[in-house]
Amino acid sequence: MATGIKDKVAIIGMGCSRFGERFDAGTHDLMAEAFNEALQDAGIERKQIDAAWFGSCLDQINIGNSAIPASLALRLDGIPVSRVENMCATGTEALRGAAYAVASGAADIALAIGAEKLKDTGYGGLPPTYKGTFNDLWMPLGSAPAGFAQLADGYRTRYGISREELKRAIARVSWKSHQNGVLSPKAHLRKSVTMEQILGAPMIADPLGLFDCCGVSDGAACAIVTTPEIARALGRKDMVTIKAIQLSVSSGIESTTNTWDGSHVRNTRNAASRAYAEAGVTKPREQISLMEVHDCFSITELVTMEDLFISEPGRAVHDVLDGFYDRDGGGVPCQVDGGLKCFGHPIGASGLRMAYEVYNQLQGRAGERQLKSPSLGLTHNLGGVPYQGVAAVSVLGLH
Amino acid sequence: MTYGITGYGAYVPRLRMQRAAIAAAHRWMSPGLAAGAKGQRAFCSWDEDSITMAVEAARPVLNAPARAAFQSLTVATTRPAFADLQGASIVAGALAMPAAVRTADLGQSPRAGVSALLAQWRLADGPALVIASDHPSAKPASAQELGYGAGAAVFALGSEGVIAELIGAHSSWNLFVDHFRSNGSKHDYHWEERWVRDEGYAKIVPEAVAAALASAGVDAAQVKHFIFASPLKGSGAMVTKRCGIAAEAFDTTLDEQCGYAGAAHACLMLADALERGQPGEVIVLVGFGQGCDVLVLRATEAIAAYRPRGGVRAALADAQVHGDYLRMLSYDKGIELEWGMRSEKPVKTALSEQYRSSDQLGAMVGCRCKRCGTVQFPRLAYCVGEGCGAPSTNSEPVPLSDVPAQLLTCTADWLSYHPAPPLHVGFVQFENGARVLMEIVDVGATALDVGTPLRMTYRVKDVDTARGFARYFWKATPLAA
Repeated sequence: MATGIKDKVAIIGMGCSRFGERFDAGTHDLMAEAFNEALQDAGIERKQIDAAWFGSCLDQINIGNSAIPASLALRLDGIPVSRVENMCATGTEALRGAAYAVASGAADIALAIGAEKLKDTGYGGLPPTYKGTFNDLWMPLGSAPAGFAQLADGYRTRYGISREELKRAIARVSWKSHQNGVLSPKAHLRKSVTMEQILGAPMIADPLGLFDCCGVSDGAACAIVTTPEIARALGRKDMVTIKAIQLSVSSGIESTTNTWDGSHVRNTRNAASRAYAEAGVTKPREQISLMEVHDCFSITELVTMEDLFISEPGRAVHDVLDGFYDRDGGGVPCQVDGGLKCFGHPIGASGLRMAYEVYNQLQGRAGERQLKSPSLGLTHNLGGVPYQGVAAVSVLGLH
Repeated sequence: MTYGITGYGAYVPRLRMQRAAIAAAHRWMSPGLAAGAKGQRAFCSWDEDSITMAVEAARPVLNAPARAAFQSLTVATTRPAFADLQGASIVAGALAMPAAVRTADLGQSPRAGVSALLAQWRLADGPALVIASDHPSAKPASAQELGYGAGAAVFALGSEGVIAELIGAHSSWNLFVDHFRSNGSKHDYHWEERWVRDEGYAKIVPEAVAAALASAGVDAAQVKHFIFASPLKGSGAMVTKRCGIAAEAFDTTLDEQCGYAGAAHACLMLADALERGQPGEVIVLVGFGQGCDVLVLRATEAIAAYRPRGGVRAALADAQVHGDYLRMLSYDKGIELEWGMRSEKPVKTALSEQYRSSDQLGAMVGCRCKRCGTVQFPRLAYCVGEGCGAPSTNSEPVPLSDVPAQLLTCTADWLSYHPAPPLHVGFVQFENGARVLMEIVDVGATALDVGTPLRMTYRVKDVDTARGFARYFWKATPLAA
């Protein structure tokens, strides 16, 4: 494997808009909200940014395609700006672009910004996507929850778990996020809910009920990255560096051969293995202090706990029910800020929103939800569908 | 060498509506409908039409003779899916027929199915498939709404293994307008039932039947199966009697369990008669509509050994009985429901792309990699097999539409727009190793689960309502209704 970017890139500023039904703001307003905070945090001026990566996913209800709208919104004059889109990994993809630019020496200071407005469709949930002229001719329709709900069949079949027990475990996943979201001022949903509410909610895509699905929100988040040397020169202490950013994209093996059993997400395992190798993580269950994972649906978070090699195969149900992933459970706190479940999932922003929480936790700036001396955090995105998608894993830590 | 019927098949949509449920919905304005509200009628799901039913009827008969031997394929219907786009070509593609097969559509009268059969018999130019497929549509609260049904029947004709031969026929034309449907109209317009019965059926049919029997040199008393299709209840028995044919020669099973299937109905009755037929039995087949085609057939010795892979009785038994009248109305676009903004997604078809991938879409042809053996659908440039990646030029075609399969994963999606919610979608694992994400239809009362046996069914994939274009593909359905 290549030597990687471990500790070659430092994060010196991050910002995050308030997530939610932002009927008051356009995409450019949301971007500005995040950008202002990041600039202030980094203590730099706009003109010091050498290059930018802008992540957004759904042009038709957003700011438009190409990087031009982002450059206009933030008045980034005359520098290279790239637009990236890689489904739900889009925000992390933007960070990857900015980090690689700094690591390569092509830029001293780079910006990664992700934004999405989902509340301009006129209805809840994501808009249906186009899959291209060929796939639209044969691929069935199916919402995002329908894609992920199928993990339930694969998982319970592999491990001989009853429908009822699995339903209870995934409900516990959502219950935990709602408990944490109460303490997150920028989260969309800030109410705790009971297990009974979750278990009794209307069905969206069997077995996923309403509370098994993350919210649909507007939001933006961004990061300013540079080299550790420049960061130090700018006066940064408790420096957060990037230990790894890895990506894995499906080749079609899961969806078109009989080698995958539907119980896990192959790409997450690939991306995690690559990221751990790059970051030098050998015992993730012991070394990782906190995680922000792609809990688009409760079943996704459950299998992700195994795909990230934190829970043993078939044991995530028990770890979840035992509170191992709770904020104060003595294990590996997961979704300390409430996750996608409570923030919602403005697609282009989510990866950077996760990094924002980890960054703040590592620096001891997470307010009421601050964990006790975390040193290594993980973010995880899962785009597309479990059987044909893209997974991103990044590891951030104190330098 | 005798030329005749060498095989037959039938399809009736699984969906059946209780006639009592239809009558109950209209009781407030037409209480009299309750009198005829017995039994059930077949109705098409939102994604079924004359093309999909034709494919389903024809699939079981394609082995005899081998599909490569067929010279022609005719589809008769009064409900063509397109006004200008040949349905028989779409059917031929789904059936993986050789490119040299002569295809034709026939329609515009309920007589079309029988006419197509007679025309091919007269032509006798090699193995042929004749399919009648129809789903007449009636106005809500009409007597026809209760009586109409849907279905398709197919006959293979050829010179080897003939199970029924033609021993006489008579045709006549007669501009007797019992009903009509103008261009662009959805529903038929019917004239008075007693006039149709007394001036039409009672006078036109016996005369033509007598002439046909005379040409065959057969006496009416020798007729074992009499086939006359009509949407008018009780008229079949009346015509049978007028023709001097024994009452027991007329069977009403299809009326009771399926309903009148337009141009396909007489053909369905013939397939049913052949299924019950014994060597030497005489069958009289009447096609009625602006005149008559009457065929007199005799079953050969070969009929005793013939076992259909898809017969009428099996199709009738494969039923999912519903009582939601509004469901039937919605599937037939008889009521405009609010489907929400999600239904507004445009589904314009790139016709160039559809043509490029027509073999994959037609008979669901995937491929097997000659290097690693992986069977895959769709066929992309390189093999999907782990660590293989061989070019697809190094592969052989594998049709998946008849390969046994079972369910790997599934969900019932209530969020997506779907005309028959919930949308059942999941992975289908084929016995030969192929795996495809598919829509699952006609799920019925038995819940889907991992391992549920499935078969493929040819359906409308989706409809571009802005341009009125339907595109077709395969879906999975549980083996057991």
